[in-house]
Amino acid sequence: MNIFSLPARLGERCLRGVDALGGMTLFFLEGVRHIFTTRRIFIRTLQQLYAIGYQSLFVIALIGIFCGMVLGLQGYYTLVQFGSVGMLGSAVSLSLIRELGPVLTAIMLAGRAGSSMAAEIGVMRISDQIDALDVMDINSMAYLVSPRLVAALISFPLLTAIFDTIGIIGGYLTGVAMLGINEGAYFYRIAHAVTLDDVTGGFLKAVVFGLLVTTVCCHQGYTTHQRRDSVGPEAVGNATTSAVVISCVLILVADYVLTSFLL
Amino acid sequence: MSKNSVRMRDTADASASPQWDIAFRGLTAGYGEHVVLRDIDATLPGGRISVILGGSGCGKSTLLRHIIGLSRPLAGSVRIGGQDMFALPPAQARRIRRRMGVLFQDGALLGALSLAQNVALPLTEHVRLPKAVIRDAALRVLRLVGLEDFADYYPNQLSGGMRKRAGLARAIIAEPRILLCDEPTSGLDPITAARMDALLLSLHERFPDMSIVVVSHDLDSLRAIADHVLVLREGKAVFSGPLAELEACDDPYLRRFLRREADAGDVAAQDSESDPRVRRAIAAWLDA
Repeated sequence: MNIFSLPARLGERCLRGVDALGGMTLFFLEGVRHIFTTRRIFIRTLQQLYAIGYQSLFVIALIGIFCGMVLGLQGYYTLVQFGSVGMLGSAVSLSLIRELGPVLTAIMLAGRAGSSMAAEIGVMRISDQIDALDVMDINSMAYLVSPRLVAALISFPLLTAIFDTIGIIGGYLTGVAMLGINEGAYFYRIAHAVTLDDVTGGFLKAVVFGLLVTTVCCHQGYTTHQRRDSVGPEAVGNATTSAVVISCVLILVADYVLTSFLL
Repeated sequence: MSKNSVRMRDTADASASPQWDIAFRGLTAGYGEHVVLRDIDATLPGGRISVILGGSGCGKSTLLRHIIGLSRPLAGSVRIGGQDMFALPPAQARRIRRRMGVLFQDGALLGALSLAQNVALPLTEHVRLPKAVIRDAALRVLRLVGLEDFADYYPNQLSGGMRKRAGLARAIIAEPRILLCDEPTSGLDPITAARMDALLLSLHERFPDMSIVVVSHDLDSLRAIADHVLVLREGKAVFSGPLAELEACDDPYLRRFLRREADAGDVAAQDSESDPRVRRAIAAWLDA
């Protein structure tokens, strides 16, 4: 191996990464532009709200309840050592509303709805359906991406709110119903600790994660035919995997950046 | 199409003639650094059925993509109705392309829409008419291709031949001036393929001004439908002219192609001995 090949390969990867990031940003801006220029955006957004929002409701509720129950359990056994189990309501609600709610909801949606977006658009790409749209003078970005962006903008915060609420109920089940904390103290601590800034911060994160997940997943599907590692159905599989992995990584990176600004 | 059918507004009169020629002038095309077509000079006459013929990988579909405007040429031009498509302002080129209908290889129907919705899609997206009128127009075109009874089926519930016919219905619903078909008979049984040929001929009869371009390597189909033939070989145009002229041509490659004769080199390759170790391993596996 040539002594210069390692830095050259590293440089090539960096350039490819920057290129991909730039491509994704332009893709996002193009998607946003078409929100305002497309006819029938409302009906397509409703269809996507059903796919992204309604169909994810059960899994979000399920994860929310167990997440809240685990938080309640862990919080109780930590707080009991300091004689402050009454603070459980604050611990559960703040953890959920500030961090776990937006992050876990976005990661679950990346796995469920995001993978489905990438696979659906990827299959459309390799079976000429996207070309067919363009040939019919139907802008494929406006048809496929813009409604998903709007639907994500609406459904991610709503599902996060549902996750938070069900998580708090989960914390109530372990803390109050199973371990015997005072019910009034649990809810009083929630009302006392949670401020409007916490709620808006959580929603802001949900909105950003929603746009990130949708952009990454749609972009991976839309560019399936340009993949270097594979072609055809294998490329759709790889695009779907990349979509979920990149989304999850970006969610955590964005969470850190947003949290550092919000605190 | 019947007089009641929905007509799109004609804003794209690239030429006064209702029949649009497609002309390639020094067209060189490819993907990145890989050149697929070299210096193609040919004209597909308007109002005729032209067949682009050639072996697999010779650049037929690439040429089609350049007519549609899905790819840009590396050099040269594609002229439709006398207009250089890649030199026109984008809005004007778009207006001309609106007058093209394309049948993709497997129909390229949207999986989430029913057949009627797929066929109606160009109208649903571009014209403001009541839903019932648009559905009526879609059903009328579906009747034309013999699929009226399947209007509410989804693409995955149909056979390959039916999907192609549905793709054809979608391609003609806006009454295009140019109909482009990418391998309309590939993968079809002889009877279904013959039905597809008959359908193209009946369309030609019904819309005499429509230029139909068929990309194919199906010789039976060629003889059934072609008025004009463009033959590609390894990215170059080796023949462009009427079918009768092609049949009478004495070029050795074209003779072999039309008679479906294999190259002597290919036959020789089949005689080469396979590795005895591979043969022994296969025999052992078959006997196990």
